[in-house]
Amino acid sequence: MKKRRLTLSQKRMINGYLFILPWLVGFIVFYVRSLILTTQFSFSKLTVKATGGYDLEFVGWENYRYAFREHGTFKQVLTTSVGNIVIDVPLIIFFSLFMAILLNRQFKGRTLVRAIFFLPVILNSSAISTALELSAQMIAGGISAASQVAETMSSSVDVYYYIQLFQDLAMPRSVLEYIVAAVARINNVITASGVQIVIFLAALQSIPSSMYEVAKIEGATAYETFWKVTFPMVMPHIITNVVYTVVDYFTESEVVELSYNTTFTEFNYGLSSVFSLVSTAIVCLILVIVCGFIQKRTFYYN
Amino acid sequence: MNAGVKRLKNKINAITSDPKYWNNTRVMAVSLKKLIIKLFCFVVIAGICYVILAPVIGMVVNSLMSDTDAYNPMVYLIPEHPTLEKYKLAWERMDYLPTMGRNLLYSATLMLIQIFICSMVGYGFARFNFPFKKLLFGCVVVMIVIPSHTIMLPIYMTFKNFDPFGLVTLFTGKPLNLMSTPVPMYIMTVFGCGVRSGLYIYIFNQFFRGLPKEIEEAAWVDGAGIWYTYFRIMLVNAVPAVITVAVFSMVWQYNDTFYSKLFLISENIVISKKITTLQATIANVDKILDKTIQELYLDAGIVLVMLPIIIFYIVLQKYFIEGVERSGIVG
Repeated sequence: MKKRRLTLSQKRMINGYLFILPWLVGFIVFYVRSLILTTQFSFSKLTVKATGGYDLEFVGWENYRYAFREHGTFKQVLTTSVGNIVIDVPLIIFFSLFMAILLNRQFKGRTLVRAIFFLPVILNSSAISTALELSAQMIAGGISAASQVAETMSSSVDVYYYIQLFQDLAMPRSVLEYIVAAVARINNVITASGVQIVIFLAALQSIPSSMYEVAKIEGATAYETFWKVTFPMVMPHIITNVVYTVVDYFTESEVVELSYNTTFTEFNYGLSSVFSLVSTAIVCLILVIVCGFIQKRTFYYN
Repeated sequence: MNAGVKRLKNKINAITSDPKYWNNTRVMAVSLKKLIIKLFCFVVIAGICYVILAPVIGMVVNSLMSDTDAYNPMVYLIPEHPTLEKYKLAWERMDYLPTMGRNLLYSATLMLIQIFICSMVGYGFARFNFPFKKLLFGCVVVMIVIPSHTIMLPIYMTFKNFDPFGLVTLFTGKPLNLMSTPVPMYIMTVFGCGVRSGLYIYIFNQFFRGLPKEIEEAAWVDGAGIWYTYFRIMLVNAVPAVITVAVFSMVWQYNDTFYSKLFLISENIVISKKITTLQATIANVDKILDKTIQELYLDAGIVLVMLPIIIFYIVLQKYFIEGVERSGIVG
């Protein structure tokens, strides 16, 4: 019997599969199977048996109907979470791009500043961040001042006066509200944009300097150089950052908290599957819309 | 008098008619503009650094305060009677050294597995051609995008009654309950589905694609097999990507509360879980009932918990930023 020999490309093919094998198994077992199971759970009433297994009883759209028509907080929590994403993501993207451009300049202590900007990523543990918020309030004037917050509020800047002022200048109310919300969130935005700044910095470093030289020789101002050279070159990375920001933001949102609590304190597995699936579908929808929108306007250098 | 004014006028004329004078002012205007821009940058950067650092500084200061300082309204930023007793008690109540040791071992092991598995998968995607490659790589992106809470329930069920192919039931009679052990986390990471594994696969894939093919061809001509080439040549060349992934993986594994909550991993292994109960422990065991004072102990505990990870980052910081720039996290 003659042994059939594999060609080189076939051998490489098999080796390729061997390299990705661990991940492939994991993906099928933990992701594909779980997604199918979650969908199944969302259409059934799940009861855990004493022996450890579980029983499924098909109930159709009952869980979905309950989540949208009867559940007290789900719709509200979902809208707040999505609303937060819509407000914060553009802010985070613009802020991190701006900071990356500032940090890309040569100045003394650049490494130190970069390290400081990455600090929020390191300290981003939910237990720690709660405690940090507390102490942020306290640094405003020692611990004793924390009890006197009400007094200091009245003596500090009167925000409403300025809002009134700008309204009298015929600034649209919605724009004004966005700006006020943005300023109020500045702490959130800064702590959420550590990784994004690093990604944009790397993108800025990869722009060939010859392009800036050409722009300079042609007599472009700094403003024109930014819009005609820097921005188009950074554009592809904006998609990376948007995806990262949306996903990162969503994993810490209240919807996740809600579905976690529904599972492990109320033991309502069907309902929590509905929460997870609906919120995931909405996030994916947002990502597809935003990425499609940006992709159309993106210029790819190579 | 008149002559004096005339002489002065002549002098001014002489100066202003000199082209050098005008050049000088223009130079001055340009450098003034530069100075203003520099000042603006400095103010913005310093301000934002302050926003980031203020809570950290506040926490360190608070943790050093003694009880009397906490209630003294004159004390601001510099404690009058600095003391380490808060640290001492927090250290004791958290069982600091053993817990931290276990936690670091746990995170570091997972980090090594992540580096090993994800680099392998990334290399497989970067250098081999096989059917459905585009589709499978799409699956990696899907893995990054899907929030992990979507799959938490089935995973929880799987590990609660752990029974691959009915093997466990065959030998012991009933499925294994892996809850409250770190085993599920190890299993998921080995199969490339740990904390943000998709992102690491993506990073490694981009990096390997950027390396020149000639290195491998040279190894191939010299008689190295595919696996030898990967371990001894490609992985060695991928140091920037390895460091990037190492930092990310260590930090995120250390800070992860989602999976440790889901798998009910014991707080003797995950120290960030211990910090959430520290305040209650100090209130109940040590009978310190004043909320303000309790928070001082909490601050000391947090400083202790953050310390190792900050040291880890500072040591690798320089390589990390370079690594991100050189590895293909972008693009």
